[in-house]
Amino acid sequence: MPKTAPAAVATFDTHGENAVVLEAVSFGYDRRRPILKGIDMRIPRGKVIAIMGASGSGKTTILRLIGGQLRPQAGNIVVAGQSVPQLDRDGLYALRRRLGMLFQFGALFTDLSVFENIAFPLREHTDLPDDMIRDLVLLKLNAVGLRGAASLKPSELSGGMGRRVALARAVALDPMLVMYDEPFAGLDPISLGIIGQLIRQLNDALGSTSVVVTHDVYESMKIVDYLYFVSEGRVVAGGTPAEVRASTDPFVRQFVDAAPDGPVPFHYAARPLAEELARAL
Amino acid sequence: MRSSAIARGVRYIGAGTINAIVRLGFSARFFMAVLYHSPSAFRRLQLTLREIYFSGVLSLVIILVSGLFVGMVLALQGVEVLNRYGAEESLGILVALSLVRELGPVVAGLLFASRAGSAVTAEIGLMKATDQLSAMEMMAVDPIARVVAPRFWGGVISMPLLAALFSALGIFGAYLVGVKLIGIDNGAFWGNMQAAVDFKRDIGNGVLKSVVFGIIVSLIAVFEGYDARPTAEGVSTATTRTVVGSSLAILAADFILTVLLFRGIGV
Repeated sequence: MPKTAPAAVATFDTHGENAVVLEAVSFGYDRRRPILKGIDMRIPRGKVIAIMGASGSGKTTILRLIGGQLRPQAGNIVVAGQSVPQLDRDGLYALRRRLGMLFQFGALFTDLSVFENIAFPLREHTDLPDDMIRDLVLLKLNAVGLRGAASLKPSELSGGMGRRVALARAVALDPMLVMYDEPFAGLDPISLGIIGQLIRQLNDALGSTSVVVTHDVYESMKIVDYLYFVSEGRVVAGGTPAEVRASTDPFVRQFVDAAPDGPVPFHYAARPLAEELARAL
Repeated sequence: MRSSAIARGVRYIGAGTINAIVRLGFSARFFMAVLYHSPSAFRRLQLTLREIYFSGVLSLVIILVSGLFVGMVLALQGVEVLNRYGAEESLGILVALSLVRELGPVVAGLLFASRAGSAVTAEIGLMKATDQLSAMEMMAVDPIARVVAPRFWGGVISMPLLAALFSALGIFGAYLVGVKLIGIDNGAFWGNMQAAVDFKRDIGNGVLKSVVFGIIVSLIAVFEGYDARPTAEGVSTATTRTVVGSSLAILAADFILTVLLFRGIGV
């Protein structure tokens, strides 16, 4: 029996101020096939949290719910003290100005240069003069080590560089919460390490809160304060990196040991093989 | 067996009809949203000017070359027919009225749908497929205001200008063939044209048509891109739908507009 979510959460300090709270959140694009079934999560201010789970377990959906791009069918999502599902369009946009999001493949605007991509949120939401925007953009680019790439187009960047530019854009307005959707996907080991360190450093330097959705257990354990494990729409386990390493929970062990079979079955649901073969005869 | 096939057919037609009505409703709401956000497209004029460049200026080659050849062919065919009645000096009237009333707006509209409409759909569809529109939403920037409205107005403004240039080049092509090649009198060609073409009835209605076609093509192009499934196949399907849908809509709208605008000419 996997360690259940409330027990796992209890081991983590959730008494401080929470940046994000998910209370019994359920969601599905189709009512017959729910993706999330009563998710409870607390994301304390100033921490880096990982949400882990297999592909298709609903991790990205959680980020979209936090950002208000989707509305839950049940439950509540509170971000910075505001109930996201109850916000109107203006309220939601006001909240989003305080959020940053790194999309899985960067989602850089392909018609704009690296510089203009990072200047985009500054130009849209501030009246800063051009020389100040220039300084801010160069500082953000310097933080991710790509000041020299300011004039390049996104198509001229490698995958790792593109992810770093997107990271600089996500923190352009110094957000209180930064969400990362699979920041490690498809990167070489060097880029992987760089992105991981940047997530931690930027979080601490900006005093923000970070939510990292990933299935890369080793890379995320190096940088996060706490990990939630999501499977089949539920939080099935959680713990600090040290607790996860020592965990005997079958789901956590399967994930950490990269075992092909376990609570997450190798076979997609089907009739027994013998029965299937006998039927063919 | 047969009844189940009939039931399947009825279900198929029913689902298709419901889907069409849903899309029609969605496109109407989408059009309202584009209009609502249009002032921001003009406040940030640079965005709209950029789209006029991409939709209008980059379509110039195909529009100008097509206009020239359509005018030259029109002159060749026109002279052949007019000759039978000894009226080849009316070639200027025939060419000018054909172009400013019909061929200019319609052919330029069809070319515009193929060249610029498809490009706009593919661009917006790809932005959606690569999460660029979602990223914009997450940055509290409305994609309809930032991406869709400037592209819509870029198309609406470009289309009448392109149609006018198409007609101008067509008339020039007819002049080359009719006057320079075949030898029709220069004064008769231009003089008859000036006397017969009415500014308000002919040119004005032609411009009105091209504005309507610009709205139709631009709306279909931005809507199909915004509504595209976020996959390679979805973008390809949306691009095809833009070209086919715009072309059919232009031809249908042309018939309706011709009936309404030129009622006094024997219809």
